[in-house]
Amino acid sequence: MSADRRSVLELDGLRVRRGARDVLRHVSLSVSLGEIVALTGASGSGKTTVLRCIAGLEQPDGGTVRAAPCGMVFQFHCLFEHLSAIENVTLAPRHVRGVSRAESEQQAYQLLNDLGVAQRATALPRELSGGEAQRVAIARALAMDPPLLLMDEPTASLDAVRRAELATTLRQLAAKGRAIVLTSHDADFVSDAGARVVRLTNGETHDA
Amino acid sequence: MNAARHTWLALLLALLAGAQSAGAILQAQSPALRWGGDAEGGAPFVEADPRNPAHLVGFDVEIAGLIAAELGRLPQFVQITFTELDQAVRRGDFDLGLSGIEDTPARRASVAASIPYYEFQEVLTVRAADRDRIRTLADLRGRRVGTLGGTIAYETLLEAERSLGITAVSYDDDVHPYGDLLVGRLDAVLLDNVLADRAMRRMTGLHTQSNNVRTGHYVIIAAPGRADLRDRVNVILRTAMTDGRLEAIFTKWHVWNEHQARLFAAQTTPVSRGLDTDVTQLSRWEITRNYLPSLLRAAGITLALSCLAMTLAVAGGMTLAVARVYGGRATRLAATTYVEVMRGTPLLLQLFVIYYGLASLIRLPAFIAALLGLGLNYAAYESEIYRGALDAIPRGQLEAARVLGLSRWQTLRLVRGPQAFRLALAPMTNDFVAMLKDSSLVSVLTVVELTKQTQIFATNLGSWVIPGLLCASLYLVLSLPLGHAARRLEMRWKAPTTL
Repeated sequence: MSADRRSVLELDGLRVRRGARDVLRHVSLSVSLGEIVALTGASGSGKTTVLRCIAGLEQPDGGTVRAAPCGMVFQFHCLFEHLSAIENVTLAPRHVRGVSRAESEQQAYQLLNDLGVAQRATALPRELSGGEAQRVAIARALAMDPPLLLMDEPTASLDAVRRAELATTLRQLAAKGRAIVLTSHDADFVSDAGARVVRLTNGETHDA
Repeated sequence: MNAARHTWLALLLALLAGAQSAGAILQAQSPALRWGGDAEGGAPFVEADPRNPAHLVGFDVEIAGLIAAELGRLPQFVQITFTELDQAVRRGDFDLGLSGIEDTPARRASVAASIPYYEFQEVLTVRAADRDRIRTLADLRGRRVGTLGGTIAYETLLEAERSLGITAVSYDDDVHPYGDLLVGRLDAVLLDNVLADRAMRRMTGLHTQSNNVRTGHYVIIAAPGRADLRDRVNVILRTAMTDGRLEAIFTKWHVWNEHQARLFAAQTTPVSRGLDTDVTQLSRWEITRNYLPSLLRAAGITLALSCLAMTLAVAGGMTLAVARVYGGRATRLAATTYVEVMRGTPLLLQLFVIYYGLASLIRLPAFIAALLGLGLNYAAYESEIYRGALDAIPRGQLEAARVLGLSRWQTLRLVRGPQAFRLALAPMTNDFVAMLKDSSLVSVLTVVELTKQTQIFATNLGSWVIPGLLCASLYLVLSLPLGHAARRLEMRWKAPTTL
């Protein structure tokens, strides 16, 4: 962790190679609790790769990653198809933390309620709309109470109304002290969410 | 293995015999007398001459030659599995059948059978050490007694199973029962004295009791519409009984005894011609009714064997699939090798190796060997289904599980496995139905399952119509509910869950 006790993410000189190509050349980023950071850049600029390195899904070829425990919301949600919405949310607390079924369901229901999808608790992922699935995915990521939430293209499957709602939700989460790092092409959404914009160009970060 | 070798040899012989005879026919300008028999372990009836395997020898070979000569034709041998002889002669595969064919009422009802030409006694053979302890069937309560399926001896053992509490074990040939008796899989063998004498000459450590369990006769069979041929054969047999040619043949093959003298006298005395058999006349309906309990029991064995073997196959298949998906290089190589070997070799061969091949190391009971053979073979096929299903789960879900902190084992158990199982359910159901039917192969290991019991039933009834329909119905009764249950389960998984 960073010396700053509010810092939840420190990327320093992150480098990722794919074959002969540098996907990321020099990515440095510092994120504190309560902060929303939006990684922007052209398609293929390496935004998702940065998130994957933070989440531990990819090993960088250089640089350092120091991150607090994080939850991640994938672009296509990646909900567990055989489990209902609430079972998706309770899975990790029950089996990783050993929280009782009753307690985990109560917490999950609260999260789903906060995100406005409590009425869909027993639905299977294939029965949810894109917006509902995304909110369930957020609830699943938050269920482990991570200080840092990663979101890959969170507005990709949302209409304008849902985008606005999501921006509000993210601001509320940040207000409660969580840090959020997201990738997005959507300048309006980034602005609505009140995010600090970091641009990725030629595999390097530039504060906007 | 031995049986398979014999079968190939017999086929080769049949081809050679056919070729030789065909040449002779052209010379003689008359059609060959095609006669069917089973040369697989068929001495002293029909067998390949050890000095010249292209040449057939045996007393039935000589009797066929005698009849052909009297008819002015050349004998041409047709190899037919012993239990299929009746069907084959009715189908017209050959003119006459001779291969130690027993005289039974059912056979007389379905084919044209000749007068008896040889009288045999069903005798008990035991291990030499048991010669004083096991003298009759009554001494075998709770013990296993083997014989050739579809014979009078097998009928006798089935009766003894009910009345004396023995366990009847059916074989497809008359060689393996004696081998299994020696190694301790059986406690006795009940077969014709001719076969018992041959086994005694071939093996040491066995003893045949002198008392006669039952008397029977060998006959020659022709198609039902060939009563004319059968009558000519009867005339030839009676003549050969009178002029000593038949006695000479039996003497040459060391099977002549006082029973034959009495039989010949009875068959050649006009007033007393007829059958001297102790087999009761039964109608087809009575035979069917008598066989129903054993068919149902055999269906139970098929179901139990298939369920247990499928359990083994599923457990083995899952282990192999996990080894191939998650294992290191050596583990993956070992699992792949297993799958390729099991898929690339015949199940029948694997069954033979497990039961007979490993007998010197471990003497597995027939049912266990059958279960292992089926289960281990199907495990290879199941593993491919599960591997495909595991690979079909989107990578994103596995990454989501990883970010949530689930271990690999937890991800497999809670995320990947359950979804893969749902994908695998339909092909698994298919495989189970296939196993129900493939389980018929284990009859080569003396397990009397549904198909084998039907075959015995059909042989004794002399028709496949009723046994075939009953057997097909039972297989359907076993497999249809399974398909239905699998479809219901799939529907349930598709429906929304409730908490």
